[in-house]
Amino acid sequence: MNIRYSLLIVLVTAISTLATRVVPFLLFGTAKQEVPRAISYLGRVLPPAVMAALVVYSVKHISFLDHTLWMNEIIGVIVTAVVHLWRRNTLVSIAAGTGIYMVLVQTALL
Amino acid sequence: MSTLRLWRKAFLRTIPVLMGYSVLGIAFGLLLQQAGYHWLWALGISVFVFAGSMQFVLVGLLSQQAPLTTVAITTLLVNSRHIFYGISFIERFRSMGRRAPYMIFSLTDETYALLCATGDVGSKEERDTLSFRIAVLNQSYWVSGSVIGSVLGSYISFDITGIDFAMTALFTVIFIEQWLSTKRHVPAVIGAACAIGSLLLFGPENFLLPALMVAVTILLAGRSLIGEDA
Repeated sequence: MNIRYSLLIVLVTAISTLATRVVPFLLFGTAKQEVPRAISYLGRVLPPAVMAALVVYSVKHISFLDHTLWMNEIIGVIVTAVVHLWRRNTLVSIAAGTGIYMVLVQTALL
Repeated sequence: MSTLRLWRKAFLRTIPVLMGYSVLGIAFGLLLQQAGYHWLWALGISVFVFAGSMQFVLVGLLSQQAPLTTVAITTLLVNSRHIFYGISFIERFRSMGRRAPYMIFSLTDETYALLCATGDVGSKEERDTLSFRIAVLNQSYWVSGSVIGSVLGSYISFDITGIDFAMTALFTVIFIEQWLSTKRHVPAVIGAACAIGSLLLFGPENFLLPALMVAVTILLAGRSLIGEDA
């Protein structure tokens, strides 16, 4: 490997990553002017939409071709959701869902 | 609230991220070490890039010594979803002064999710401090994980397969909290439908950006139906 070139690759990655994060602030957040109403509306309605998409994103590799490729993830999500609706305690829900998932995956139970 | 209690609160809220980031960070450090890079590289990349999935892609780009235009385009594509995260925090970060640049830099999926869930914290000052500490703690987990992975990765032998499911569980819990906190469920349903539709259409590697773009379009088009005050 070439150290100088590797450094350049890392630098370009860092700058490009920052670029994606800074865009909305450059477009709408620099001046003292008010954020456009359509954008502040989006800011309010996007989080639930994005969170739903992130749940899907984090289990994106499941496949319905074989039950071993989706049951663990779906059960993990359902356990997390049910425990959360029951106790409303974030850490308990996450520990329960993750615990069940780990047992299912490691023992290849299903 | 005392400053120590706010640290405690930030720590408790970031525990799920601690579980996920340590494991993923260790995996990243291990990969980078196997690609022939000293742990200082893991440290530098996790400090200055700080983008989970992109860092895994970066290992491949480094091993191939890929052309810089490829590196830039790949990074922009993989991280393009972040464009939609900042939109919810324009006013909040703008008022955070010296802490604002770091808040923008460190807005990962998981930090975004946790910041979306700080609505319950009383005063604005406390919320800002808590948000900043959440961001700092999350990155510190990621950085330590990467370094540990690249120094000790090959010695870790206990079976932690599946612990990164904590990320999925975190998103699920925050989704439910958001669902329960509002009567307007249309945005959540639109987000879920777009994500599932896009995943079926485009497959797992490239579905999130089109999903978010379509969701934003529908949300904007349906603004009068969903309600300005949603």
